[in-house]
Amino acid sequence: MKFGVVRFPGSCDEVDALMACRRFAEAELLWHGDTDLQGIDAVVVPGGFSYGDYLRVGAIARFSPLMESVIEFAHEGGPVLGICNGFQVLCEAGLLPGALLPNDSLRFVCRQVDVIVENTDTPFTRACAAGDRLSIPVKHTTGRYYAPEGTLPDEQVVLRYAPGHNPNGSMDDVAGVCNEGGNVMGLMPHPEHAVDLLTGSADGGRLFESLAMVPA
Amino acid sequence: MSLAAAPHRELGLTDAEFDGICERMGREPNALELAVFSLMWSEHCAYKHSKKLLRLLPTDGPHILMGPGENAGVVDVGDGLAAAFKVESHNHPSAVEPFQGAATGVGGILRDIFAVGARPVAILDSLRFGELDSPRSRYLFDWAVKGIGHYGNSIGVPTVGGEVYFEPAYEQNCLVNAMCVGLAPRERLIRSAAAGVGNQLVLLGARTGRDGIGGASVLASAELSEEDESKRPTVQIGDPFEESKLVECCLDLLERELLASLQDLGAAGLSSSSSEMASKGEVGLDIDVSRVPLREADMEPFEIMISESQERMLCVVEPRLLDDVLALCERWDVRATVIGEVTDTQHLRVFDGDELVGDMPVDALVDDVPLYELEPEEPSEPIYPDPPVRLDEEASAGDTLLALLASPNIASKRFVFEQYDAVVGSRTIRRPQSADAAVLVLEPDGGSGALAVSIDGNGRRVACDPYTGAVEAVLECARNLACVGAEPLGLTNCLNFGNPEKPHIAWQLTRAVEGLRDACLALGVPVVGGNVSLYNEGGGGPIYPTPVVGMVGKLPEPSAVPRTGFAEEGHAIAVVGMFEPALAGSELEKLRGRLADSLPPLDLAAHADALVRVRAAVRGGGLPTAHDISDGGLACALAECCIEGGLGARVSVDSDDASLFGEGPGGVIVAGPRELIESLDAAVVIGEVGGEVLDIEGVGSVPVAELRAAYEGAIPAAFAS
Amino acid sequence: MRARVLIRPKAGILDPQGQAVERALPALGFEGVANVHVGRLIELDVEDASEVPQMCERLLANPLIEDYEVVELKEEAA
Repeated sequence: MKFGVVRFPGSCDEVDALMACRRFAEAELLWHGDTDLQGIDAVVVPGGFSYGDYLRVGAIARFSPLMESVIEFAHEGGPVLGICNGFQVLCEAGLLPGALLPNDSLRFVCRQVDVIVENTDTPFTRACAAGDRLSIPVKHTTGRYYAPEGTLPDEQVVLRYAPGHNPNGSMDDVAGVCNEGGNVMGLMPHPEHAVDLLTGSADGGRLFESLAMVPA
Repeated sequence: MSLAAAPHRELGLTDAEFDGICERMGREPNALELAVFSLMWSEHCAYKHSKKLLRLLPTDGPHILMGPGENAGVVDVGDGLAAAFKVESHNHPSAVEPFQGAATGVGGILRDIFAVGARPVAILDSLRFGELDSPRSRYLFDWAVKGIGHYGNSIGVPTVGGEVYFEPAYEQNCLVNAMCVGLAPRERLIRSAAAGVGNQLVLLGARTGRDGIGGASVLASAELSEEDESKRPTVQIGDPFEESKLVECCLDLLERELLASLQDLGAAGLSSSSSEMASKGEVGLDIDVSRVPLREADMEPFEIMISESQERMLCVVEPRLLDDVLALCERWDVRATVIGEVTDTQHLRVFDGDELVGDMPVDALVDDVPLYELEPEEPSEPIYPDPPVRLDEEASAGDTLLALLASPNIASKRFVFEQYDAVVGSRTIRRPQSADAAVLVLEPDGGSGALAVSIDGNGRRVACDPYTGAVEAVLECARNLACVGAEPLGLTNCLNFGNPEKPHIAWQLTRAVEGLRDACLALGVPVVGGNVSLYNEGGGGPIYPTPVVGMVGKLPEPSAVPRTGFAEEGHAIAVVGMFEPALAGSELEKLRGRLADSLPPLDLAAHADALVRVRAAVRGGGLPTAHDISDGGLACALAECCIEGGLGARVSVDSDDASLFGEGPGGVIVAGPRELIESLDAAVVIGEVGGEVLDIEGVGSVPVAELRAAYEGAIPAAFAS
Repeated sequence: MRARVLIRPKAGILDPQGQAVERALPALGFEGVANVHVGRLIELDVEDASEVPQMCERLLANPLIEDYEVVELKEEAA
């Protein structure tokens, strides 16, 4: 099992994501300018400020050569996990419903939050039990999730902020969603920063652990 | 040329200084040369009023790899790793444009760190503004924090600590001091001296525009006045995205050993960087400004030389390695241009194509700058007005405690630190407010143990007593490190003061530096570098004298680091160290409208010993809670432990104001299993963790929920509209 | 040709930036201000003006959350 972690100019958390993946399987970095996915089994699109967040968060990254390959990989059923800026990129690419808007506080927020696992029937959460409470940090200015009426079926909500933990005004406390096929997921919290108790929590590791399990 | 008619005085040079320039040049300087001299001889670049005084500071230590004089100080942290760190001010630009001023302050200090070959891994900031009831101070505070967050978060370096203070004395002159810590394998460290006649001078990074022309350097050498609006168009604008490419590119160039030397461009731009590189290497430099990539059309040679456009670095490259350097820069999408070369003339010669437009001896620009003797005189009258009264003398202890917790100097800074990414890089194991110092593990970089970092200062206490106040700043910083079990390896400082030409300010500066010296000697902590910011005065008077101290220390066992919060019901609580509280200079006295004219003297040797004991207690292991006693005294520190841990406490202590709310260096609260606490050297057990209230016997009790509401609610309340 | 594109948040989507501006103006003495929205302006020289709406659809705007308006087509490039 090998993870591929995408690196754009301006990515911040790609090395953190790489180190987190390596706790569970092999992993390597994929350069945005290449098109070769190098035989990886799952793609992680990490957090940061790809292309400086210029124009719109994720708007330019989504057109990079590597993302064209990732989109194809996703259409073929390959698992793709987008974290924070990665979530934004996947929405811009049309792989996930909805969009991310500026936080209702209009400020960057870095805070440990609790999220509830709503859907364990995905390659990202199969190591969890429904209702599991995970402690994971968020850090973003543009994390308020929005999807027009009727475009987000309930079963596509994978993670929800626990009551009182919504840091940005996301609609229905949505913290993470997946596509109809269940193979693409995006979330605003950063699981790669919750893989070691020494740094505060190891709950985020469950997502990587899930992905590293033998594919169904 | 637009400077032809401008006399030297308009550029901030005195008549005597102008004569000195003519003497060293052997002729009158032309307009470009005058512009360069005016910046190189400004207080900000030349340290004319502070250099002699700074020589008092101890700079030797067993762990030092690079001391003052290089882009950053560097200490050995074991396992072949080195830590580079430095603090710098960006006060005047932040008062004019707080977002960009603070952002470019962060950008600048980051560059100082990777200029020595270290990867930036932590940022801390020390900020001071007027009181929060002033709309202008709220505005400066709000936007400075946003600026720091914008730059640090975007470039992917965590902001892991800092401090913020609010005092009337900073209303017209805010302080923004930014500190950065970086890590490097020892072999990657590089110095800035240009060397090798014939080597090429290569400019890396952003294009050059008119940013900051007449900006940072000139602003920092004059008191702020009504005309500030006109300085606004030349504020520097930062681009963290550009800098993130620059960091990776420079570190990659160094890994591959392609550079002979490296220097960042900061205040006074090309002119200062090139002349400093040449001075250190005792060589000359020829620069052709027509080769500098420009962002704006029709820039004059002098503008190109003094522009403070951000995100640029200068490196010296041997001709045989030039192609490799240019190719690597292209891979990282970093602009790289040969703009000159190293010569043996010991002059900085500026060309515009083939035309020589400026020719200055390097030592006249850097080493042979007139230095001034300070003329200190202890003031016979108070310099500062008494603070406004905010608390009744008759207030109960409970009300006093809540008022102190809600005082912005003490209140939670969550409003600030939640705007900073504290976790990127996966090294942070103690985030803001959870421990007294930030702690970063070294394992991701192949090291063992962890680094602890803190930045501390208290201008008001230094105003009461410059010598003792400065000593306390060093002790406070070391104490914060001790609370996480770290031994200090080195110290960086930023001296923020008013106009040194005024005798009472010169006195403050001199006494403060003497205090820093004595404290550093007593603790055995060398100064590895720092910064001076003078002329922080406006029509309303000078700022409080504010030496800000940053320290980096090492601790062996990251899993044993205590937190500030109480951990478990039944844990015993004790005070360790050496705590001799007094009301003089305290936050309580401030709320009561008083500013003391002296602080109780300190036994430095005894305090040094006490620190060693505290550190040993923490290193002994098994200690879940440690929190130093500082602003607001013992009662506030206890309240903070309750709030952070979500647990109450029952304690028995002396009930007079000085014992409850008095301040002074040396005291630390510890809590843990009773047997462990009682076994600690010279620990005074004062009570036990438990319940939902903080109960001080014979004095009163306050529910933890109320303590938390006061502490956490104060600063957000100032912004609720 | 020079085209100017105005991009604004779709009606009905919470616009905290617009709200923040709306709250700040009265504090400066401006009364009677309502319905403030904050968006983006993009200006570009183009050879074929008819391509601009497609540019908006594909890159310049996110049609899910933004409306765009190609407001001014100046005949001369700036």
